[in-house]
Amino acid sequence: MWKLKSYLKPYWISSILGPLCMVLEVWMDLLQPIMMASIINDGIMTGDLAHIQKTGLMMLGVALIGAVGGVGCTVFSSIASQNFGRDLRNDLFEKVQTFSFRNLDQIKTGSLITRLTNDVMQIQSFVQMIMRGFIRSPLLFVGSFIMAISISPKLTLVLAIATPLLFILLVVLIRKSFPLFSKVQSKLDAVNNVLQENLSGIRVVKAFVRANYERKRFGKANEEYTHTAIKAARLIAINMPIMTLILNTSVVAVLWYGGGLTRGGSLSTGELIAFINYVTQLLFSMLMISNMLPFVSRAKVSSERINEVLDTLSEITDPSYAQKNGTNAIIHSGHIQFKNVSFAYDTAQTDLVLQDISFQAEPGQTLAILGATGSGKSTLISLIPRLYDTTSGSVLIDGTDVKDIPLDDLRGKIGMALQQSILFTGSIRDNIRFGKNDAGQDEIEAYAKAAEAHDFIMRMPDGYNTILGQKGVNLSGGQKQRISIARALLVRPAILILDDSTSAVDLGTESRIQKALKELMNHTTTIIIAQRISSIIDADQIIVLGDNGTIAAEGTHEELIHSSAIYQDIYRSQRKEEQEHVRIS
Amino acid sequence: MSESAKQSSNHSFKPLGPTMGMGGGRGPGPIPKVRPKNTAATIAKLWTYLRRQRTGLIIVYISTFLSSVISLIGPYLIGKAIDKYILPKDYNGLLWLCLLMLGIYILGSIVSWVQSYVMSGVSQRTVLELRHDLFEKYQSLPLKFFDTHSTGELMSRTTNDIENVSNSLNQSVIQLLTSLITLSGSLVIMLSLNLSLTLVSLITIPLILLATRQISSLTRKYFKGQQKHLGELNGFIEETIQGQKVVTLYRREATEIKRFKAINEQLNTMGKKAQIVAGLVGPVMNAVNNFNFALIAAIGGWMVFKDLTTVGIIVSFLNYSKQFGRPITELANQYNMIQSAVAGAERVFEIMELESEYTEVHGRVVSHDMRGQVQFDNVSFSYRPDAPILQNVSFVANPGEKIALVGPTGAGKTTIVNLLTRFYDIQEGRITIDGLDIRQMDKNSLRTEVGMVLQDAYVFSGSIRDNIRFGRLDATDEEIIVAAKLANADGFISRLPHGYDMILQAEGSNLSHGQRQLLTIARAILANPSILILDEATSSVDTRTEMHIQEAMKNLMKGRTSFVIAHRLSTIQDADKILVMNGGQIIEQGNHEQLLAAEGFYYELYSSQFRRVV
Repeated sequence: MWKLKSYLKPYWISSILGPLCMVLEVWMDLLQPIMMASIINDGIMTGDLAHIQKTGLMMLGVALIGAVGGVGCTVFSSIASQNFGRDLRNDLFEKVQTFSFRNLDQIKTGSLITRLTNDVMQIQSFVQMIMRGFIRSPLLFVGSFIMAISISPKLTLVLAIATPLLFILLVVLIRKSFPLFSKVQSKLDAVNNVLQENLSGIRVVKAFVRANYERKRFGKANEEYTHTAIKAARLIAINMPIMTLILNTSVVAVLWYGGGLTRGGSLSTGELIAFINYVTQLLFSMLMISNMLPFVSRAKVSSERINEVLDTLSEITDPSYAQKNGTNAIIHSGHIQFKNVSFAYDTAQTDLVLQDISFQAEPGQTLAILGATGSGKSTLISLIPRLYDTTSGSVLIDGTDVKDIPLDDLRGKIGMALQQSILFTGSIRDNIRFGKNDAGQDEIEAYAKAAEAHDFIMRMPDGYNTILGQKGVNLSGGQKQRISIARALLVRPAILILDDSTSAVDLGTESRIQKALKELMNHTTTIIIAQRISSIIDADQIIVLGDNGTIAAEGTHEELIHSSAIYQDIYRSQRKEEQEHVRIS
Repeated sequence: MSESAKQSSNHSFKPLGPTMGMGGGRGPGPIPKVRPKNTAATIAKLWTYLRRQRTGLIIVYISTFLSSVISLIGPYLIGKAIDKYILPKDYNGLLWLCLLMLGIYILGSIVSWVQSYVMSGVSQRTVLELRHDLFEKYQSLPLKFFDTHSTGELMSRTTNDIENVSNSLNQSVIQLLTSLITLSGSLVIMLSLNLSLTLVSLITIPLILLATRQISSLTRKYFKGQQKHLGELNGFIEETIQGQKVVTLYRREATEIKRFKAINEQLNTMGKKAQIVAGLVGPVMNAVNNFNFALIAAIGGWMVFKDLTTVGIIVSFLNYSKQFGRPITELANQYNMIQSAVAGAERVFEIMELESEYTEVHGRVVSHDMRGQVQFDNVSFSYRPDAPILQNVSFVANPGEKIALVGPTGAGKTTIVNLLTRFYDIQEGRITIDGLDIRQMDKNSLRTEVGMVLQDAYVFSGSIRDNIRFGRLDATDEEIIVAAKLANADGFISRLPHGYDMILQAEGSNLSHGQRQLLTIARAILANPSILILDEATSSVDTRTEMHIQEAMKNLMKGRTSFVIAHRLSTIQDADKILVMNGGQIIEQGNHEQLLAAEGFYYELYSSQFRRVV
């Protein structure tokens, strides 16, 4: 948790002034009882009216100064903690922007979002709390202790007994309750998980008439959570009564013992009253500390989760000389070469998704990749823009290893439409020019037309200004795919990659898109992943991936249909319609 | 008991109630004012839940009352001790009084322990039942409800709203009671002790009220602003991170960081204002209290001097006046908190009162040996009155036939399936199975006989085995493997690290979409229904795998009536009957050859799909 303290450094003035103001407030608070004692002893007992008035006025003044301290503390601690939170959030967000795909696979999106939102909030409030409560309570504790001793060292004996007792109680409670609270949290997560799954899968639940099964699952999670929650709550329930009892007993003890002391004249009545005030302040400050402890444990968990993000290093970094070199000329024609490439997602690198892949794609050509579900097609193409680095072997573009090409140049020259088309809130226009902010309307329309998106966009009431909802919810799957193709085309890439990105587009539209691509992108090396042979029949080169992540066959359609058993197999599965087609045309 | 420290160190932290540490912490700040529409009715409904914990509640209220009274007695006794025993130096009497106080304090601690012990049970049990009933309700609501309510929204009702109810039951109700008793109790005692001093200590009350009012109206404004910016920021984070791969791909990181910082800056500005204003309450109250303390000490001192009161009474007063100030600020806060909880409860009850889809009692239970003759007779249907989806749809599916539904998106194919399983009930016409109107059938037994494989392959967290078993809970492990083999899923499953015991994450993110679809097909095979529906079931499976599944499907469909919705026309050419749909109507029907020969809509659709190969 202390690792994050460096975020307070730029605001060290506020971070110091805040607690200092709190010292002022506490100091003034501590003066009140002693002044009151003075009113009783030197004013009332001696009949000095002027002293009563003078001291009373002083107390009012002290109250005012204390208020200034309190307000000051609030202002400075708010400034420090809010700025702390802002900077932390900025850094986290910037960090996430450097994340590689592998990093993104490891920390789940949902968890990452919570870390940037909830966890930062949690720590931010904690920082503010430290500057106020965590400073205030110990100060009050120490201050009261000093004041108490200065009034009567003998009476302070009572405190010498009560304080360790409270302390022990505190420690025991922390030991017992912290694990219980994290258990409560995980049980609550379980309840939420069952609920979430049930609600998202409600159609399936209804279709299979599994409500009873789900009820049992939920009932169990709900019972377990309640059971643990009650257990934790009841453990905590002991805290307050015992602490108050210790506190009250101390007050009674002071009253009795102190009463005895007043007889001998070693303690005045006013001092006794002031002492009682200090004792309660002291013991209550401990109570406050114990109440703040759950926040500590929560902040600790949050800071661990945040540090995990901050400490995550992207394995994909710019080559060290990238800045100096800075030439765009590395990628000129878009020649791609895979040299004995193997790849595994897990860091242990045991489970190879791709094995010893070697091939070349010539500039301006179309390369198609075919293969069964899960055979590694998407993995293969994601190695080209260095979304992942190869486990062994290398990927070269125009003769340069991609690891030696500055990322801006590399990805700037590659246009990619992913299997799952992700769009953002904003106008259709902004979505299309996502990769090239300064694109003009003509340019945008030209590429939207090529992607067969222009017509349906124009049919929308606001055309290119139509605002898409989150994740583009108001578009159909095929429409989303066409917009993401237009987005990829607009960057005028040297290499264009289409990862099954027309799967929701009907075949007629698909063939029109391909025709447009051929005209528009004749200098672009195009890589297409497809399910259907008809989509890729014209490709200059077809690679068929086998089940074990190796290249099972390679060649043109004509070559493969004669030589490759696996290709023939795929072809046969789609053959029937081919024949049908021949018949109707 | 002297309360001086309690009050002065009270700002910014409320004592933690028993539920602390388990909720997903609400941000610091005032509770937003949300007014329930019908408070009385909602509380009455809430009462039906609380009533079940009546004994517990009675104990809680009695103990709350007792502990408030006891905390009032403390300062009074301390004052008495000073006046009656310490000043006159009667130490024997002092001992007895001290013992009496000790006894009362012990009693007080026991009572307050009983109170929170019992209350934690009462509130958790109540919430358990609320949560249980709400879940129960979700299970029985028609699909229509889930079309209009997002999962996130329903999640928030079941977690946040109910958590809210729990917290306010636990803390606010008790604190409200305590505040009221303390307030009236201290006032009564103060008045009985000394009238003029009471008036002196009441001087600051208008000050407290004024300060609270001024500050809280400002806080509300700033917190609303903060909440708005926070929402914007969270939305931005959510969207960007979900699309992070695209951001990376297009090198948009710098732009996104710039946009993020701008929103973050706004949040920062507003957040500072909100925090500062909200944080003023504590110091201001502290100052007012110290002011009050000084006032009583000075004026009281003067009064003792003039023999109008005693030192002990001043000491008691100092304590009471502090007890007095606190409940006033508390009351306003608690009131708002309870209101927002009632509003939450109201939202929960709103759902509970919706009509269940299982309202008819005399549904006929369908037997497992149904033949599966399905007939649509002039069926019309719309989800919303102004947008008809199906118009006068009629067709017959004979037992064992394979019926294909084709047509453009939005033609109403999935709707037909939804009607057959009675996810929705038709508005006009009649649907019969084996001659019996499905509206007369028991919904659950109907759905058991109609198996479905849906487009969105939904997988639950749990093992692969359990996910397949979802189709039939009493299936043996062998049956599960057989079903997986038939669905062509056995191959990839056995290649997985733990095979059938591999634990899937929620929504199956550790499987590819195609693999998930194979699992759901295995699930349907295991369910062994009389009628089978495949809604785009193989859209994400590669064609070679699809071909294998088709074969398995062929076996599965033998002897069952099946409905197939498919994007790829290749998969439905062997159907006994193809229903071509457009604009909510069946415009053509027949088998593949007949429809091609007719050169109508189907022919168009078909040739457009294969134009590419020319």
